[in-house]
Formats: sequence, structure tokens, C-alpha cells
Amino acid sequence: MHNLTIAELIKGLQSKEFTSVELTQHFLARIAALNSGYNAVITITADQALKAAAAADQRLAAGNAPALCGVPMLHKDIFCTNGVRTSCGSKMLDNFIPPYNATVVDNFEQAGAVVLGKTNMDEFAMGSSNETSFYGPVKNPWATDCVPGGSSGGSAAAVAARLAPGATATDTGGSIRQPAALCGITGLKPTYGRVSRWGMIAFASSLDQGGPMARTAEDCAIMLSCMASYDDKDSTCVDREVPDYSATLGKPIKGLRIGVPTEYFSEGLNPGTEQAVRAALAEFEAQGAELVEISLPNTGLSVPAYYVIAPAEASANLSRFDGVRYGYRCEDPKDLTDLYSRTRAEGFGEEVQRRILIGTYCLSAGYYDAYYGKAQQVRELIKQDFVTAFEKVDVIMGPTCPSPAFKFGSKGDDPVAMYLEDIYTIATNLAGLPGMSVPCGMVDDKPVGLQIIGNYFDEARMLNVAHQYQQATEWHSLAPEGITAPDGITATERAS
Amino acid sequence: MNIERQEIEKLATLARIAIDESTITEVAERLGSVLELVDQLQAADTSSLDGVSSGMQATQRLREDEVTEINQREALQATAPDTEEGLFLVPKVIE
Repeated sequence: MHNLTIAELIKGLQSKEFTSVELTQHFLARIAALNSGYNAVITITADQALKAAAAADQRLAAGNAPALCGVPMLHKDIFCTNGVRTSCGSKMLDNFIPPYNATVVDNFEQAGAVVLGKTNMDEFAMGSSNETSFYGPVKNPWATDCVPGGSSGGSAAAVAARLAPGATATDTGGSIRQPAALCGITGLKPTYGRVSRWGMIAFASSLDQGGPMARTAEDCAIMLSCMASYDDKDSTCVDREVPDYSATLGKPIKGLRIGVPTEYFSEGLNPGTEQAVRAALAEFEAQGAELVEISLPNTGLSVPAYYVIAPAEASANLSRFDGVRYGYRCEDPKDLTDLYSRTRAEGFGEEVQRRILIGTYCLSAGYYDAYYGKAQQVRELIKQDFVTAFEKVDVIMGPTCPSPAFKFGSKGDDPVAMYLEDIYTIATNLAGLPGMSVPCGMVDDKPVGLQIIGNYFDEARMLNVAHQYQQATEWHSLAPEGITAPDGITATERAS
Repeated sequence: MNIERQEIEKLATLARIAIDESTITEVAERLGSVLELVDQLQAADTSSLDGVSSGMQATQRLREDEVTEINQREALQATAPDTEEGLFLVPKVIE
């Protein structure tokens, strides 16, 4: 059952091939048996899941079941879940049990989904390797000595290892797309404002956006239809009708204009990754799409601009963690300043502290204009690059990240080496555009992701394009070694 | 890019993060490396733009000035480190 897609599970549940309780028990058993090898799931909500599954079975029997009724899934531990610990991967929130649900969590609950638990992540979503989590790193199911990517590495690894058919995730600079690429699954970061951020613990509010992770574009479409909604409680949420993303998947892509940015195929790109991405582009051409060379001249400035804007916003957002109202508090504070300073020094990990300090520096008197003001201007230039490009093309394609999954610790002590991992993904966050990653090949037995960037609120087209690609290719259906498909064929065998 | 020890101490105070004496050099080194990266921004030609751009054209939504939140003091304080009679407790502030 774990090799079925969400679309297939919905059919199976509705035609009574299996019940939601059976399905939930199956996935809970897989998590119990396999999770220790990956560290992808950090909270398991077995009792609640089984109760929700039983209720789903009743609704399925009564014939009034909503879209995702009875389908098991996981939430990234950044989404607040009523009565269930929400840690954000940090010691600071290790004991935090929210008294409310994030809007995204409510949406899935109303759609009848069954929540199996919460997934591991980089602390406060700051990282590209999952090495900053308080709960230890997540291991990549394709190569357990390699990182799964980050920050949504737990969600990505769980979906790749078939511990759940889908999971929620968030993306501030590539945190959905990069782990999706490194774990060989499909992930989508929607347009800024498409999905409510209410109850999603804030990192950089003008960049953060929640989105789905699953094995196929078809499943991401099903999940996004449920996840996206207008929400009064998030003032940046856009009041715009949510299309049925599943309805347009079958459209032929003949005549589609695909922009290929020169800057995304420059120095630093792994030759194997480039080859896989070029092969994917050729497949689109074979289906009748037209490749158009474009330029996004300010691409090189996106990482510097991001590392001013994101830390600046983080330094403000994370000031709420002070040991007074929730979360960790240091022992025996001697006064209020000591309470704040030691709570934050002991509760936050190294990377989070570093970003707060960078943000504080960039916003401090005398530096504000040179750093924050300038970064906002560069952000506007980056956005204009895309606006100009989308006058000529329908979607933009390139690699999701420069190379396949790297080994733990291999980025060394220099934070900048890790930051460059997001060189192809960060610009879309700065511009507020939607982006997705789709498996498109294997290099050294590790997956490669194709990035598809769409125009504002053009998620339906991106999902359509990705689905058409997946109808013609097999990359998305490969399973990591050791997780053999029911027909007994392992990933490597299938790839050859 | 070099950052002075005093600068790190000032940042630590502003950010309310206690930094151990023994790690200041290392923290300065790594922050310096990030600031070197972001300094690339200074070379960007932004003369085509008017003043400071926000990068986001969205305007804030307005709503009626009505109370929409229900009182959940007990539920919200249940997660606090220390409370008494509905108040959050902190170390004594007045000497």
C-alpha cells in the first residue's frame, strides 16, 4: 500500500479496497520499523491517527467523504498542531504544545486527512541540510551518509522512504524544492500569499510560504487544492479563488514556451546534474514545447540579498522567544536581562544565533541603508528580471540545486558554503514567485531535481507541465535502495 | 571582513544573546564571512530605482475594528514557563 500515490489511495479507499484504519496501521508500522534509520519523524501521533482513521472510515461508508478522507500524511513540525508538540526543530520549543491549529492543519483536518505525526527539520527552518535540528540530522533514504536537504528534510525523507504518501513543508529560500530534489520527490512552493501562514512559525515573513511534498505532481495538485485558502488571520494571504489543480493536469503542453536562464547553467553546476536537466528539457521539446534562452542578470545577487533580508526579518520574528510566555527558560536567572540572554543562548542553536546576529547587524543604526535598504532594492531588480522574462515565456526551467545530496559535515565550518546550496531557488522567494522541483534523473545513484518556476498564481500550469513530464518518464516512481517496490524491482534496477 | 570584538559584544547585547568569551573570535570570523558575502550588494547598480523599494507591492488589508479573538488566557498561559494568578512571572525588575 505504501507504494501507491495519494490519487491511487483515494481511489482504493473510495472503492473499499482497503480501509483508512488498515492504511493508517500500515504506515504507522512502517514508521515504527524504518524511521530510526532516517530520523525523519520526530513526533508520532498514533492514537489520534487511528481515531481519525476510524472516523474517516465512517464518512467513507456513509458516502459523504471529503477530498482527502482517510489518507495518511505528515506535517512539518513548523505548523502548530493543537495539543501536539510543535518544536520547529529547536530546543527553544522542545516543550511547546500549541493550544491551536495552523490554518493549513485545519484545512487538512477538514478534508479528512489522517495525521501520522510531525517531521524533523532544520532549526527554525534555517538550513539546507537538516544538520541544524535539535533532534539530530535526517538521513537521506537514497544514501544514509548524505543529507536529505533542508529545511524540510524530514518531510522529504519521509515521503521518499514511503513513511507517508505526502507531507506538508515550507520554503523560505528553497526549503521545499532543494530537499525534494535531493530525496527524489516532487515539491511545490506556491506564490507568496497562496497558502495561509497563520500558525506556521515565522522565520522570514516576506519570504515564507507553505506547500506540499509528495511523489508526483498529481498528488501535489490534490494536496495544494486543500492547502491553499484565503485566510483572514494572515494579512498577506491573497483573496483569490483556489482552482481545482487536478482538473487541468491532462492538458497537452504543445506550444509551451520554456525559458532557460543562462545564469542557471554556469560555473559550479555539477556536470551530471546539468546533463539530467538538459535531458528533461529535451523531453519537453519532444512533447512540443519550445525552449527559449533567457537571462536573469541579477541571479548572482540573490544569495547576498537574501542573507540580509531573511536574517533581518528573523531577528525581529525570533525576538518573541524570550523565556517569558512559552518555550525554554534558563535556570535561576539573576535578573530580567540575564533571563533573556541566557534563555536565548541556551535555547537557540549556533546557526539560528548567527542569523539573529547578522540580522541585528544589518538593521542597526549606521548600517541599515547600506545593507537592508540596498538589499530591498536588489530584490526589486531580481523581481523585474522575472517580470521581463515572463513577457516572453510561460515557465522557466533549470536545475533545483547545483549538485546531488552531499555528505554530512562536508560543507565544513564556513556558513557561506551551505548558503550557496540555494543559489537557484532563492530568487523565486525574493520575487514571491511559485517554484517546484520534479525528479529528472540520477547521478551517482542519487536523485536530481528539475526546477520549474511559474508566473504569479500560475501553479495550475506548473502542475500540468510537471504531470505531463511524469506521464512520459519514470524518475518520480523510483524508490531508494532497500525500499523495494511490490514487484521486487529496486530503484537502481529500474533506472538501468 | 573583520569585525571587532566590541562590535560582537554590542550585537550580543542588542540581540539579547549571551555569547561566551571563549567563542567570540570564532563567532566574529563566521559573521565576517557572511558579511563579506552580503557586501557584494554594494556593487549592484540600483540607480534605475526610485528610493528604497520594498520589493513587495502588496498593500495591507484593512478590516473593521471589531473584537474577533476569544479570551484564551488559560490555554495560552498553560504553555508558559512560570505564571501566577493569570500573570507571567519574571525575575524582580525593581531594585
